[in-house]
Amino acid sequence: MDDVMLNQFLLLSAVLFCAGVYGVLAKRNAVIVLMSIELILNAVNINLVAFGAHNGTVAGAVFALFVIAVAAAEVGVGLAIVLLIYRNRRSVDLDEVAQMKG
Amino acid sequence: MAAQNVFFYVIAAVMAFSAIRVVTVKNVVHAAMYLMIVLAGVAAQYILLASEFVAATQVLVYIGAIVVLVLFGVMLTRAKLGQDVNLTNDYWYVGAFTSVILFAVMASALLDFFGDEPLDRAGAESQVPANTEQVADAIFGPYLVPFEAVSILLLAALVGAIVLARKD
Repeated sequence: MDDVMLNQFLLLSAVLFCAGVYGVLAKRNAVIVLMSIELILNAVNINLVAFGAHNGTVAGAVFALFVIAVAAAEVGVGLAIVLLIYRNRRSVDLDEVAQMKG
Repeated sequence: MAAQNVFFYVIAAVMAFSAIRVVTVKNVVHAAMYLMIVLAGVAAQYILLASEFVAATQVLVYIGAIVVLVLFGVMLTRAKLGQDVNLTNDYWYVGAFTSVILFAVMASALLDFFGDEPLDRAGAESQVPANTEQVADAIFGPYLVPFEAVSILLLAALVGAIVLARKD
């Protein structure tokens, strides 16, 4: 119990990941779904940095930086899409956006 | 117990609580605030992992930009600012079941495989893994092509977001 374990970071990241998965599956507000996706991406980043520290290489931190950049791009485009949905339908309820359902 | 572990467990408890609140709270603005706590906690974990440059980037990009962007999204879509009882869909229990099962599977797999593996593996290449100098050398050395690809991606996302959100 005295040492810092690899597992404690991985389990923390699993908690964040599962909270994000629940948010994506269960929420009907598009903005909260975007927030849940941010939770998932952060869980991945903790894993990357923890494994980078575990291996003693810099690759984990570099990939975490790439993921942060991609997340910034994703949330920009995602919010633009949510804004368009709101402008067309006066609501951000994802259950109502079902025109492409077969 | 090592001081690093004490800080880890305090921050991790706050983060786990806030992450669950993000997806269960009934107010969208409160969810954004809890998300900010989680992101700050992630930055603190990066510092505990000795990756101070990633921590600084996390604070700048996530707390400085993405949370503000999400709050703008809440404001512009006029999601109800007060209590909103209809935030979850009719199948939320399926989502809860899925994520609990997923966590059980992941936790048992991690405990089984990484049991009591220490963070600093014996025989790792170096003991200070990710200080800023080494991160810079890596980005502008072996990872130069992905770095340029990310620049193009950010430019494309910027143009795409403007094109999508513009009123004409």
